[in-house]
Amino acid sequence: MTSNRQKTTDTELSGTARRRFLQNIGAIGAVAALSSLSLVELSAQPKVARWGLLIDTDKCATGCDACVRGCNEEHGIEDTGNPDTDAQWIRKIDLKDKLTSKLSSLPMMCQHCDSAPCVDVCPTGASFKRDDGVVLVNKHTCIGCRYCVMACPYKARSFIHENLFNQKTIAPRGKGTVESCTLCVHRIDAGGDQQTACADACINEGYNAILFGDLNNPDSEISTKLKEQGGMELRADLELKTGVRYRNL
Amino acid sequence: MTNPANDQYDNHRYSTFKPNHWGYYLLLVLAVLFAVFAAHSAYTIEHAGHHITGMNNHIVWGLPHVFAISLIVAASGALNGASMSSLFGNKAYKPYARLSIALAISLLIGGLLVLVLDLGRPDRLIVAMTHYNFRSIFAWNIFLYTGFIFIGIFYLWMLMERKMNRYVTKAGSLAFVWRIILTSGTGSIFGFLVGRNALDTAIMAPLFIALSLAMGTAILAMAFIAMAHWQHQQFGAALAESLEKLLLWFLLAVFYFSIVHHLTNLYASEHHTIERHILSGQHSVMFWLGHVLLGVAIPVTLIVLRPIGSIIKRLIIVSILALLGGAALVYVVVIGSQSTPQRIFPGHEIVSSNFGDAGFAAYSASVWEWGLGLGGIAVAVLLSLFVLRILPFSPVAMSDDGNKV
Repeated sequence: MTSNRQKTTDTELSGTARRRFLQNIGAIGAVAALSSLSLVELSAQPKVARWGLLIDTDKCATGCDACVRGCNEEHGIEDTGNPDTDAQWIRKIDLKDKLTSKLSSLPMMCQHCDSAPCVDVCPTGASFKRDDGVVLVNKHTCIGCRYCVMACPYKARSFIHENLFNQKTIAPRGKGTVESCTLCVHRIDAGGDQQTACADACINEGYNAILFGDLNNPDSEISTKLKEQGGMELRADLELKTGVRYRNL
Repeated sequence: MTNPANDQYDNHRYSTFKPNHWGYYLLLVLAVLFAVFAAHSAYTIEHAGHHITGMNNHIVWGLPHVFAISLIVAASGALNGASMSSLFGNKAYKPYARLSIALAISLLIGGLLVLVLDLGRPDRLIVAMTHYNFRSIFAWNIFLYTGFIFIGIFYLWMLMERKMNRYVTKAGSLAFVWRIILTSGTGSIFGFLVGRNALDTAIMAPLFIALSLAMGTAILAMAFIAMAHWQHQQFGAALAESLEKLLLWFLLAVFYFSIVHHLTNLYASEHHTIERHILSGQHSVMFWLGHVLLGVAIPVTLIVLRPIGSIIKRLIIVSILALLGGAALVYVVVIGSQSTPQRIFPGHEIVSSNFGDAGFAAYSASVWEWGLGLGGIAVAVLLSLFVLRILPFSPVAMSDDGNKV
């Protein structure tokens, strides 16, 4: 009798357990199905942009500094006559190949590295990289230690040595902090099909040596040109995966 | 007969520092004057901007950083006096353990003050204390520096409280390990810079450790001698000889790491420009005359050949030279590395640039930078004297045997 009751209880229990097991399986299945749907949905979304520049050194003219002037005008950077302490978001450099003696001219700016040394060394995290690859300085948390200037392999950062007046709202700048090319982030955030100020200035001058675009979009002009004609990173040995690439150097 | 069980206790008598000598008052006046001028310099730089200094966008770290780094490495080395007794059992150092910790903390605060006052935005110190990027060795150093001060105070407590004397070895071990990490961290500030050929080498960490031991020991020697002299006490010959021997080994260690650094650089053609710049160019005087001759060759010769009979006089001269040579080496590392053009375009020659990419950058420190840097030393001196005047850190009698008073 006892054994029969025991058997019944065991059967009931095993039935309950089976039902619970099946319910759990069902729940897991539902979650898995929903998750896979979400994954499909996510993968269907376009990849985040990675903004960059392609600079054709064959098109860049020696002696022309239209890009520098365009950048300075856009961001309100004034020339005080002392290049050693003035901000240099872009500078022009003329080069000679040591082997072939080929002469080149190019604009040099923040290379918007994917593995940016300036971001790594900044003690407060003021130097940061956005998801779209633009490397910026948070002006509220920069303490002016200049470690990022020491760390930048391209000498692309400037410490502000003097009081500034009449800054532009699109480019918050101030004495005692560090700054560099923002890839005209205000234009990127405004949307549309805008180029950077330096690229615009170069086009207006008729050289068209600077091309701005989304490196992650395979159909963008910059990606197509890079695919067809190639483009090199400066100090590629450092493997910083720069957003700015150069051709014909 | 000495009971070995008593070894764990500190049986020396201590008093506050009671100087009775014009030298003390001269030092005090000079330190106050330099500290006041440093405050004025910091105020002027922050209001006018760094363009009034010799620093620019080529040389972003200048003379204040040379002073700050020298003070910080000397701070960690000054702790050596306490380690010598607590960890390595040299009883001659036991009465000076408290003093060496007080000096270490004062030197660190002096160095940090220079570093902070030279920031572009020193008013944002609170940001530096509340926002951390743990990928940055600078951020780690903030913890290492503040940790050093707290561990130093804890170590002092173990030394001064008789009940806690038995934990002195443990506290000393913690402080020793911490200071090795701290100096490695300071050296690594330079060692982690991939974009600068002159730096970007792991040897910076051991080089800075050796430098810290040499500079810290030199400061200890001078402080011990000055304190004994100004209180009209005898200074133990055994301690003087021990300090001299330590300085010899530490100076040779600095030279060894320096030689290895430059010889390995000379082997790699990519480093030839910087090596030419340092060994035979703009910084050659600072390197050969400052670091090699004044900082190593002359003091080592003085210690080995002993042309000066009085050990005290010899120790003072050797210590001053070790400090000058150490600062010269820090100058070469900090300024030399920045004044060399960065290798941005391998295989190319820079024909022209509107931002001086082609040539070597010149640097000439302004009076404000000297003011700020020397002010760091002045603050360290004032802080040490203040602590010594109010707390019993000065041994009542100097003796060669730590168990006798």
